[in-house]
Amino acid sequence: MILSLALVALVAVPLLAALLAVVVPRRGALIALLGVAGIATALVVLVPALVRQGVLSLSIGGWNAPLGITLRLDGLGLAFLSMVATVMAAVLVSARPQFAARAGSGETRSQWAFWPLALLLWSALNVAFLSRDLFNLYVALELLTVAAVALVAIEGKAGSLAAGLRYMMFALAGSLAYLLGVALLYAGHGTLDLTLLAAQGIGSGRSGGTAAADLIAAGLITAGLAVKTALFPFHAWLPPAHSGAPAPASAMLSALVPKASFLILIRLWFEALPELASPVLLTLLGALGAAAVLFGSVLALRQSRLKLIVAYSTVAQIGYLFLVFPLAGGDSFAQPWAAGAWTGAVFQALSHGLAKAAMFLCAGVWIIAVGHDRLDGMRGLATATPMTAFAFALAAVSLVGLPPSGGFTAKYLMLTSAFASGQVVWGAVLVVGGLLSAAYLYRPLALAFAKADTPTFAPVSRRLQLVPLLLALAAITLGLASQTPFSLIQIGRPASAVEGLE
Amino acid sequence: MNAALPVLLLLTSLVAATATFFLPQESHRLRNLLNLGGAVLKLGLIAFMLIQVVQGTIYETRLEFAPGLYLLLRVDALSLLFVSLSAFLWLLTTIYAIAYLGNKPDLSRFFGFFSLCVAATTGIALSGTLISFFIFFELLTLSTWPLVVHKQDAKSIAAGRSYLTYALPASALLLIAIVWLESTVGPVEFAMPADLRQLDDTSLRIIFALFIAGLGAKAALVPLHGWLPAAMAAPAPVSALLHAVAVVKAGAFGVMRIVLDVFGLDLMAELGLALPLALLASVTILWGSARALQQTEIKKRLAFSTVSQVSYIVLGIALASPFAVIGGLAHLVHQGLMKITLFFCAGIFDERAGITRVDQLDGIGARMPWASVCFSLGAIGMVGLPPTAGFITKIYLGIGAVQAGAPWVIAVLAASTLLNAAYFLPLVYRIWFLEPGAAITAGDAPTERPLGLIAPAVITAFASVAVGLLAAATFSPLGWATLIAEREYLR
Repeated sequence: MILSLALVALVAVPLLAALLAVVVPRRGALIALLGVAGIATALVVLVPALVRQGVLSLSIGGWNAPLGITLRLDGLGLAFLSMVATVMAAVLVSARPQFAARAGSGETRSQWAFWPLALLLWSALNVAFLSRDLFNLYVALELLTVAAVALVAIEGKAGSLAAGLRYMMFALAGSLAYLLGVALLYAGHGTLDLTLLAAQGIGSGRSGGTAAADLIAAGLITAGLAVKTALFPFHAWLPPAHSGAPAPASAMLSALVPKASFLILIRLWFEALPELASPVLLTLLGALGAAAVLFGSVLALRQSRLKLIVAYSTVAQIGYLFLVFPLAGGDSFAQPWAAGAWTGAVFQALSHGLAKAAMFLCAGVWIIAVGHDRLDGMRGLATATPMTAFAFALAAVSLVGLPPSGGFTAKYLMLTSAFASGQVVWGAVLVVGGLLSAAYLYRPLALAFAKADTPTFAPVSRRLQLVPLLLALAAITLGLASQTPFSLIQIGRPASAVEGLE
Repeated sequence: MNAALPVLLLLTSLVAATATFFLPQESHRLRNLLNLGGAVLKLGLIAFMLIQVVQGTIYETRLEFAPGLYLLLRVDALSLLFVSLSAFLWLLTTIYAIAYLGNKPDLSRFFGFFSLCVAATTGIALSGTLISFFIFFELLTLSTWPLVVHKQDAKSIAAGRSYLTYALPASALLLIAIVWLESTVGPVEFAMPADLRQLDDTSLRIIFALFIAGLGAKAALVPLHGWLPAAMAAPAPVSALLHAVAVVKAGAFGVMRIVLDVFGLDLMAELGLALPLALLASVTILWGSARALQQTEIKKRLAFSTVSQVSYIVLGIALASPFAVIGGLAHLVHQGLMKITLFFCAGIFDERAGITRVDQLDGIGARMPWASVCFSLGAIGMVGLPPTAGFITKIYLGIGAVQAGAPWVIAVLAASTLLNAAYFLPLVYRIWFLEPGAAITAGDAPTERPLGLIAPAVITAFASVAVGLLAAATFSPLGWATLIAEREYLR
């Protein structure tokens, strides 16, 4: 009973909090914190249960799939839920000074809108992590997109409105492709539940429907999700959108939003349609990921604004995630190295979330201190805000994939798989990508460390500086204590692969 | 208890580092207490373990991250050789740095990262697996950068950039080598040599080359040495750290591990890898010396001298004969003692008399007698005159070369000794026999005070002579190197 309640709470608490924040607009910050507390409690209840009982599922109202809505919590979902909760808590605390309504002063639109939107976004993410039905997932993604687009445009500046509009165009095209694919799949197989689809063994020749239709359907769904994940070459919307939003919003957009569509891709190809994955398709996804790594990194090197560097870095970091398809997908999933690559990709998604959010919040601190985010204004910031500089450096360590950090664990696992499976090219992408990211992240850091000629910075509260440091430390801790998350992620992992490399 | 000791050894500097970061600039006493206390505690632990390890005890701690990815800390004779050197020099360098930096800005950042560097070096020394080694090796790279750029001026930032430009690609190569090897033979533990024969000869040779390139940037093997002279922009205690306590040594120590514990001397010979490595080391020895001769700045000359001297260690290991290996192992400590003395003194000359160039040294001997004596002892040791530590190394390497059937090495050693003499003895001559220049005679006699500045230099200078004189004792670097070699590699 209590477990069911906790599962429902993961979706319901942020949704109710969002509604409440609309009704009581002046208390948005407080309501958000209550939401954080609610989710944290639910997670604390669920973790031991998951460890004890394995995968937890709940059919709402007692209606089983395909008729009813089923929430299903596995290790993978829990890992994403926890990461999102950590980042959201940090973001909501950091957003307080910027978006909390002040007594006596009139309330602006962004102050009114931020809290419900952030909470709505959270709810949509959690639905995406818990849902097993392609149509429910569609609804979650739409909700996510609406909240994300609104957050991009929240300040109503011309630039961010244009960025938001562009984002929406891409996202709608992605949704259309996704929906079309889902319709085709439904026509062929009569169900959209991932577990039931998996049971039909699509692609193995013993399922109904034609192979061509299945392939087109899966391709459309994948393309739609790739657009929403900002996989190269569909990434053009991301940098202006993520860099144009206010820093706390950027942190959510860059660290969290792409992870929902990526998780669905993982579930689709590893759980629902593993036998449909042909080597050509897997290689294509891997190649796009590799292109994203190289292209995103090179563009990041050429930016002169901090937030744009960090945003292009997201394009590159998302590329790593797609290397999981050639490394672990299709037939190779039965191989011993596949588990490492699969877990490595999950670690990459988690540590990128933590580190990227930390980085955007650092950028937020520095924008307050300097007034803008152009690199030429960054001299002397390490002396003025040492905690923030340290946080940025730690986040960079994780993004580059240096030990000890979650990023390193991810890179090590994927690299080992690449070498063990003889796919050295993907390994080279990982290594070169790491060096490139070191190069583009070094620029702002070195500037922050340089002496300033006239160091005049606006003061920034210590709390605002502390939050990104804690997030960056979480990214490091993910590497230092990988054992626990590693084994948690394995709960409910699609079977067939032997654990780890011996 | 046995499992706790390696962790404790690591924690002495790690705790000092973490706590130091949070101290405000003004709390000098607490900061000094933390760093000196940590160093003393560490030396105590090491002294205890030295005695235990002689009797055959091995300390081991294991920490699992993910399947196949675990940290193994292991105290054996070879790790103790390195860790006792770095711990001893850490204590002295801390004393020196406290006096040298005085009340300059950002002290907590400096000492925090300094202790972190030592923690990383301890980790490198204690690492029992390749991946543990890599993790600490990277930690060392990262924690050294803030020290190199400590002054935050344009020159330091450029030096830091150069450092990372060498270090990060090198570590990428190192990681590739490790993963390539481990994806076939599984996790490699130094104490239990894996069967590398599962890989073909060509792959093994490429992997070895990757290892040497990856470690060579830190060990300043030619042509990967460019960052080291540039890093002279950093304050003197950092130079001491780079050249003697940690960074360069970590590279050389890594080469030892790879040659002795991963590939093993037999496989090295079978694959024909020993000769190229010996040639690379010889080229580095000669090139470093030749470049040192051209430098007019004292610290730059010392830096190129390090490039040359560290390769003695690599040369000894590459020759693989008993005397050569022992000489190489012992030189890890010998070079550390001599070079740190020279950098301590160069720092004193710079800080107290404004002397940075060779020609400014004229007649400083009478004005700054202690620093001048120490500097001279260090320089004579580097040349290899008896009875200093450098002499012991060169004799052992020479005999080792004959044992290994590579008499050409003797020519390298002779040429290098001549070059060493050519770039060090003129300094000694200037210090003692030339009339003071205008810069020195004009002002008051420059001071060598406080005691914390000169005492570490005196201690290391006399230690460098003592390890030469007392080379036959069990706990001398040579004695210990003999113990390692007999126990592990020359059965």
